[in-house]
Amino acid sequence: MTDVNLVPLLPATQVLLTALVVLLLDLFYQEGEKGLLAWVSLLGLALCAGETLFLWGSQESAFGDAVMLDNFALFFTQIFLGAAALTILSSVHYIRQAEIHEGEFYALVLFATTGMILMAAAKDLIVFFLALETMSIAVYILTGIWRASGRSSEAAMKYFLMGAFATGFLLYGIALIYGATGSTHLNEISNYLIESPEDWPPYLIGGALLLLVGFAFKVGAVPFHFWVPDVYEGAPTPVTGFMSVAVKAAAFAAWARILMHQLAPLDSDWAFPLWVLAIITMTLGNLLAISQASVKRMLAYSSIAHAGYLLVALVVGEEWGGLPLLFYLLTYAFMAFGAFAVITALAETEQSPEDYRDFSGLGFKHPFLGMAMTLFMLSLAGFPPLAGFAGKFYVFRSAVLSGHLALAIIGVLNSLLSVIYYLRVIVAMYMEEGGAEGKSFRQAPYLYIAIGLAALGTLYLGILPARALEWSRVAFLSLD
Amino acid sequence: MVPLNHYLILSAAIFAIGVVGVVIRRNLIVVLMSIELMLNAVNLTFIAFSRFLGSMEGQVVVFFVMAVAAAEAVVGLAIIISVFRHRQSLDPQEMQLLKW
Repeated sequence: MTDVNLVPLLPATQVLLTALVVLLLDLFYQEGEKGLLAWVSLLGLALCAGETLFLWGSQESAFGDAVMLDNFALFFTQIFLGAAALTILSSVHYIRQAEIHEGEFYALVLFATTGMILMAAAKDLIVFFLALETMSIAVYILTGIWRASGRSSEAAMKYFLMGAFATGFLLYGIALIYGATGSTHLNEISNYLIESPEDWPPYLIGGALLLLVGFAFKVGAVPFHFWVPDVYEGAPTPVTGFMSVAVKAAAFAAWARILMHQLAPLDSDWAFPLWVLAIITMTLGNLLAISQASVKRMLAYSSIAHAGYLLVALVVGEEWGGLPLLFYLLTYAFMAFGAFAVITALAETEQSPEDYRDFSGLGFKHPFLGMAMTLFMLSLAGFPPLAGFAGKFYVFRSAVLSGHLALAIIGVLNSLLSVIYYLRVIVAMYMEEGGAEGKSFRQAPYLYIAIGLAALGTLYLGILPARALEWSRVAFLSLD
Repeated sequence: MVPLNHYLILSAAIFAIGVVGVVIRRNLIVVLMSIELMLNAVNLTFIAFSRFLGSMEGQVVVFFVMAVAAAEAVVGLAIIISVFRHRQSLDPQEMQLLKW
């Protein structure tokens, strides 16, 4: 019996226990008192955030190296915790209005977060698969949790079908890689790849490409993107924010650790497909976003485009692309979440207003919401000195430095294209009149706090990115 | 002994049947069954490799996959019921509140 080290599981366990406590308390609290559950969830997340700060710098593994706690995992854990906390803050009011069960909602957000934390820490393909499913299944339910809404159910159905379909491909890829290398452990797989590059069986490349397809589905890269707009539009808005930020970050975390780092010897085999994927994802995402009438749907397409920018960092590869990838995910988390939170502030429960028309005059009726939305839109479009600019700058810089000039140019052109539809929202808010009513601070104070935090993060990362950059660098270098 | 390739070809064929089923069938329950077929084809691949590599890992994975498939089926059926309550139909082509 060797010593069992459970420390690497501490963050995931902390969140999981919080979820169980929330479920348990949910049984005992009466209808009116359930607001407390949000605070219990936030407390658990805060404790876990404290643990990640305390554990920062550790390099420990558990269960025969299957779970790895390094700075990379901790960096992503912090992103997930932040996203989960903001999601809970911004949904307190929303779910009460939509008559969604509070206990289940918070518990599912926490279960999904547990899965994400393990996904970023997985060193074994089995653990990765289980973590992915823990996250995905919880998010399927979250998408359809507003059962009174036909759109929510339909979105859940589409998300579930596409998600399970993608899981099939991912798993088949894992099976073929296991067959070729004789192990599901990433270190052993990469050892095999380095030591015997001659006798790779033909199905190894097949497995790697299937894995790539599975990942492309999960991050919503074109041509595997068709579920994204429908699911983002139909899901309850706080859940959409959670999906576009945390689920995407989790998928990219696993992508960076597994494909970019551990399976790096296969780089030459998927460099070209990935290159094509990055270009069509950026371009198609932006082109389709322009023609949308609904802001929520526009943001869904814009999130596809942003996945394209992140793919650029993946094409660039480990040496140059690692730091920009992590930093971009961090900046994207704040601005995308903020944009969806502002839509939440608008959303009436019955017919959720998300047209450009509904934003008309928002800048005068609710100056704070108008200002925040302007900030998020400008940041998403990549205006300096906001977070989005810093993120894009480092991604495209890495592409230029590593010799992918074409990618960088296409990326910058796309970024210009995206200004069209982001500015449309600002134009509607300040130059038109007579849109939907928004919620006032008094009606939804926590939502305003969440929007304020996201806006602060967007400003901070744009103006003073040095610390976050250093943080991302340390995190990426801790991969072994 | 049956050679490894036969198992691989069989499971690839089953996987392909599952994929085609997801794409062309017009009933959500059948689509769900097709997804299960895909997962079970993967299980067969794992078992075959496990047997021929003489390693236990593949067999362990199969248990995990089976457990996950069960969880997925539970959630999937619940979502199907929730959709059915709104639409009285199981045809994915009719799900057009959100355009595909």
